[in-house]
Amino acid sequence: MNEVKMLLDELAAVCANPKAQLDAAVADGRKCVGVLPYFSPEELVYAAGMLPFGLWGAEMQANESKRYYPAFICSLLHTVLELGLKGALNDLSAIMVSICCDSLKGFGANWKYGVGEAVPVIDVAWAENRKIPAGVEFTRSQFRKVLGQLEAIAGDRVSDAEIGAAVAVYNENRAALRAFSAAAARRPEAVSPMARCAAIKAGYFMDRAEHTEKLNALTAALAALPEQKWDGLRVVTTGILADSPALLRILEDNQIAVVGDQIAQESVNFRVDTPVTDDPVEGIAQRLGQVEGCSVLFDPGKQRGKELIELAKKVNADGILWVMTKFCDPEEYDYVPVKRMADAAGIPLLAVEVDQQMVNYEQARSAIEAFAEILRF
Amino acid sequence: MDERKPAKIVLRELQDRIAQDAWDAKQRGEKVGWCASNFPQEITTAMGIPVVYPENMGAAVGAKGGGQRMCEYAEGMGYSNDLCSYSRINFAYTDLKRCEELEIPFPDFLLCCNNICNCMIKWYENLALELDVPLILIDIPHLDAMTCDADRVKYIRAQFDDCIAQLEEITGKKMDYDRLNEVMSISQRSSKAWLRAVGYMSAEPSPFSGFDIFNNMAVACVGRGTVEAAEAFEQLADEYAALVKEGKSTFKGEEKYRILFEGIACWSNLRFTYKTLQSRGINLTASIYGPAFSFLYSNLDELMAAYSYVPNSNCFEKELQLRVDDALKNKVDGAVFHMNRSCKHWSGNLYEMERQFREKTGVPTIVFDGDQSDPRCFSEAQYETRVDALTEIMEQRKKEAAQ
Repeated sequence: MNEVKMLLDELAAVCANPKAQLDAAVADGRKCVGVLPYFSPEELVYAAGMLPFGLWGAEMQANESKRYYPAFICSLLHTVLELGLKGALNDLSAIMVSICCDSLKGFGANWKYGVGEAVPVIDVAWAENRKIPAGVEFTRSQFRKVLGQLEAIAGDRVSDAEIGAAVAVYNENRAALRAFSAAAARRPEAVSPMARCAAIKAGYFMDRAEHTEKLNALTAALAALPEQKWDGLRVVTTGILADSPALLRILEDNQIAVVGDQIAQESVNFRVDTPVTDDPVEGIAQRLGQVEGCSVLFDPGKQRGKELIELAKKVNADGILWVMTKFCDPEEYDYVPVKRMADAAGIPLLAVEVDQQMVNYEQARSAIEAFAEILRF
Repeated sequence: MDERKPAKIVLRELQDRIAQDAWDAKQRGEKVGWCASNFPQEITTAMGIPVVYPENMGAAVGAKGGGQRMCEYAEGMGYSNDLCSYSRINFAYTDLKRCEELEIPFPDFLLCCNNICNCMIKWYENLALELDVPLILIDIPHLDAMTCDADRVKYIRAQFDDCIAQLEEITGKKMDYDRLNEVMSISQRSSKAWLRAVGYMSAEPSPFSGFDIFNNMAVACVGRGTVEAAEAFEQLADEYAALVKEGKSTFKGEEKYRILFEGIACWSNLRFTYKTLQSRGINLTASIYGPAFSFLYSNLDELMAAYSYVPNSNCFEKELQLRVDDALKNKVDGAVFHMNRSCKHWSGNLYEMERQFREKTGVPTIVFDGDQSDPRCFSEAQYETRVDALTEIMEQRKKEAAQ
């Protein structure tokens, strides 16, 4: 148990202070590239010898960013922009912005004219018609273009062999994340929702190879724990982010374990490996066609809903918690049909709205307490 | 003397006829589609496939006073009031199957295009599920440079061809490529006539009230591949030319000030937004809807690129340039920017757009909060106060210039 706690604490510390990771990498002479959601080709950054540094927002008040974005844009983008405007991300060599949702489309210009050219923006376009050959080819062409920009920043050419090696590192990390997620679901008494989230999220700020090592050790340590009965509830989460400490604490307070997820920041990012192909960039493009369960992806037939219900059944969840990122259009559109699908399947689903600028979670607490009571009834 | 009906009547009748054609086709058992406003209309026009436009319905319902009622109904279905009001109106209609302000025939298929925004994709996904009809998406990725690159053209072209194949299967109608060429050239004729018509806004005074653009653009959107539309726009341009020659205008009162109006109209508050400006002698003489419907091309590859250049699909610098050029050409004294609660894409860069526009044109600007079809997001008092402030600055500048 001590080893489990020690490793979880270590990863939680990384999450609690990502800036320290950035500072350490820069001090070590390694260039860092900020990566905003969603599905930017992180492997290419890694292949170029740089550290991909996840930019998924921060728990803070955004003020300066409101000179650029109106208040009704999600906090994820507001707070990343705020950090940039305050100079907290000046050590990044560039940021990659995937132009796949309407709010993200405006991010690059707001950054460029607000933060300045010192941290350049790399726009990442990919195909919404991501499964058809023309879509894969378009995504491949755009990722190659991104690679050229990354090479210019790194100051060196990147070979296909180096990209292939980076893909292998990422696939190993994804496998480790899947194994950890499964192990955590079996040991809810040892891995709280907050600890689970932090262990996964830490990967966005660490070298993925190092993260894999920690996770594998953690999974092994969890497997060695003696069996223990869990009397609490089991839920599956869905949404963009479910990393709010206040929200996760509420789950813990109510004896609710996260036994699986369909969160963009979590499992959606590691459920599918990058196929190994002759052109490794094509493999990264193909992967995009295989990912499901994320609202920014074109999803005719709402595979997201079907996948979510299958997941809830598979892990024997008592219910689904939809962590609704406030002002996120794609999520708000998905919610209505997916809720209906869950209702039809007889799986209770609760949506709670979360915003990284929120300080008072009492409304969410009341809703979750009521939900827990219903599930226990 | 010209015995023809005025072009604005011809355009209104044409719009009504296109809508009626869709109802008649549905009645005959033909397949009818719902279509995104900036979907390449050349495909359906050439194939003789009737389509209707939920976005136009959203605007019309808003203008006729049904926006709030329909939006609230959709919110009762679980849709957030954060979402595009056109889509909320459409979801309400889909569920209710009726709408007292305007109805459109229900679709057998959906044609989606995301060049204006990605929320179209989510909206149409939900419709496809709800109505159990096929959905075809032509994905036009947002531009990250001033021009559309060859990779994008290739990708869009592949989807264009794929869309034709799917529509042939769904409707049983075959694409005639000679007819497609003909429609493309008619569309060019319409686009050029539209550009010529709105180009007369540079005259002083402008020959027409700029708010007319909001009415006329509906046909530019839905019917520009038809000869009737091309003729109507040519007539409109001729009428404006005649007014310019005579130094006359359809704008009521003296045109004291000329402005650029940025963004979609507040359809539910159209009269108020118009009257507030008109009563102060302010005419709209520049709008992105001028160049917006100028789909200019000379072959299929250029057509693909042209659909990348619609407003909001361009990179920021191009969007800014379009507005600055339009404002300078049309000699504006100020600009009104609509922070549209429905449209995250349009609003996401609006503050920076306003700042840079002001710097590059040197004219005063205001921003007001509103919505395209949900009146709850619009405040008459705020709008009026800000227009007053703009008027004062424009007045002061005129005085200074006269000294």
